Amino acid sequence: MTAPSLEVSGLAYAYPDGHQALFGVDLTIARGERVALLGPNGAGKTTLVLHLNGILGGGAGSVTVAGLPVEKRNVAEIRRRVGIVFQDPDDQLFMPTVREDVAFGPATAGLRGAELTARVEAALERVGMAEFADRPPHHLSFGQRRRVAVATVLAMEPEILVLDEPSSNLDPASRRELADILRSLDVTVLMVTHDLPYAMELCPRSLILSDGIIAADGPTGDILADEDLMHRHRLELPFGYDPRAAASARR
Amino acid sequence: MGAGHGHRLYRHAHSRVHTLLAHCKLAAVFGFVLVVVATPREAMWAFALYAGLLAGVAAYARVPVTFVLRRLVFEVPFVAFALLLPFVAEGPYTHVLGVSLSESGLWGAWNILAKGTLGVAASVLLAATTELREVLLGLQRLRMPSLLVQIASFMIRYGDVITDEMRRMRIARESRGFRARGVRHWGVLGKSAGALFIRSYERGERVHLAMVSRGYTGSMPVIDEVTATAVDWRRAAALPGAALVVCLTGWILL
Repeated sequence: MTAPSLEVSGLAYAYPDGHQALFGVDLTIARGERVALLGPNGAGKTTLVLHLNGILGGGAGSVTVAGLPVEKRNVAEIRRRVGIVFQDPDDQLFMPTVREDVAFGPATAGLRGAELTARVEAALERVGMAEFADRPPHHLSFGQRRRVAVATVLAMEPEILVLDEPSSNLDPASRRELADILRSLDVTVLMVTHDLPYAMELCPRSLILSDGIIAADGPTGDILADEDLMHRHRLELPFGYDPRAAASARR
Repeated sequence: MGAGHGHRLYRHAHSRVHTLLAHCKLAAVFGFVLVVVATPREAMWAFALYAGLLAGVAAYARVPVTFVLRRLVFEVPFVAFALLLPFVAEGPYTHVLGVSLSESGLWGAWNILAKGTLGVAASVLLAATTELREVLLGLQRLRMPSLLVQIASFMIRYGDVITDEMRRMRIARESRGFRARGVRHWGVLGKSAGALFIRSYERGERVHLAMVSRGYTGSMPVIDEVTATAVDWRRAAALPGAALVVCLTGWILL
């Protein structure tokens, strides 16, 4: 049996200013799963994400990625295994051209020459951006930049893809295109989002992080349909959206 | 680097000068400038020959002379200083059109004007035939400190992002009826500048986070490995080599 892609147990963390953001988070994500992480603003979602690749740490508990514990001495390999796509693609895409940006991760890991080129082309191919390789990122549309941001992480062949608000600021067409791309990938996905219909569309399973703990874990359809649970954690569906109808539409 | 957008100094064309590797070109321009600076100022004919050499490179690179001349306007503030020299310098005086001018001042002015103009013209040619991105890669290959190259490339990448942020802040100010009409409004502009600084600083932190998440540990990886051949270097040496001959002749004839 292979180790789960992600295993978090008893994770607690307080910021240096004393503000406690996580109070013992436990969760396991099996290989190949697509899971949504829901929760109100200030629930600790970003803090949790930054623990997954060892940017934050030092509190109680442990994080393991495909069997490898997140520790100082493993940090290079952990950052290769955990691909985080940040919310603002302008933060993520910092190199002068798309190609160099996608190459950044694998090149940092030591890849060179033809192997590097192949890796970059494959990653851009998977998000449908191969013909934009030589463009500077700021000449792309927002949706294209988001797709390139996904490619920069795919190029590292991660064990788990962590997306922070993947649908934010996208027009409906770009939003759908990104969903198609995410569905076509065969990697484990953890998606942090406020966009509940998007979670419903892409993730069979959802977690609610609220006040620094996992408050719910179950099939996305059941969670969204539980009005009381949703209300308690300040989660609201868009006007007129019926999760049961959506669930039957998906089947 | 293909279809990237050109900066305003760049002039797209297909020529041997354009395709020559950036670090060879940088070394050539640097060598040329050194030679020009080392030329005795009394050898006026040498400077004419240098100008001729540059005109030759421009023609070879299909950069119109008018293009180069227009870019030279940039030099004007520096020239203004040179033009003051004959009036303020000491020494034996000479009379030109009834005005008493310092001889050493005149030579000094000529020296700055001629050498400065040639240096700027060579740089304009470099910029006209080399993409900004290539210039940076060239500097990196010439072993310029990696941190400086990184800072410069982030400036290129984020210049537009920050300008755009500035534009949005201006629109937001004006949408609420603000118009800068005098000293009393400078406070508002100052605060906007401060806010922009903090926003850029925070963006810097987020970018750093994104870099660290992809394995950044302080140095940029080498993505395009290019090595110049002997032929490249010989081509690049043509300009500074010819200039060196002129310079040496100048010293011999002195």
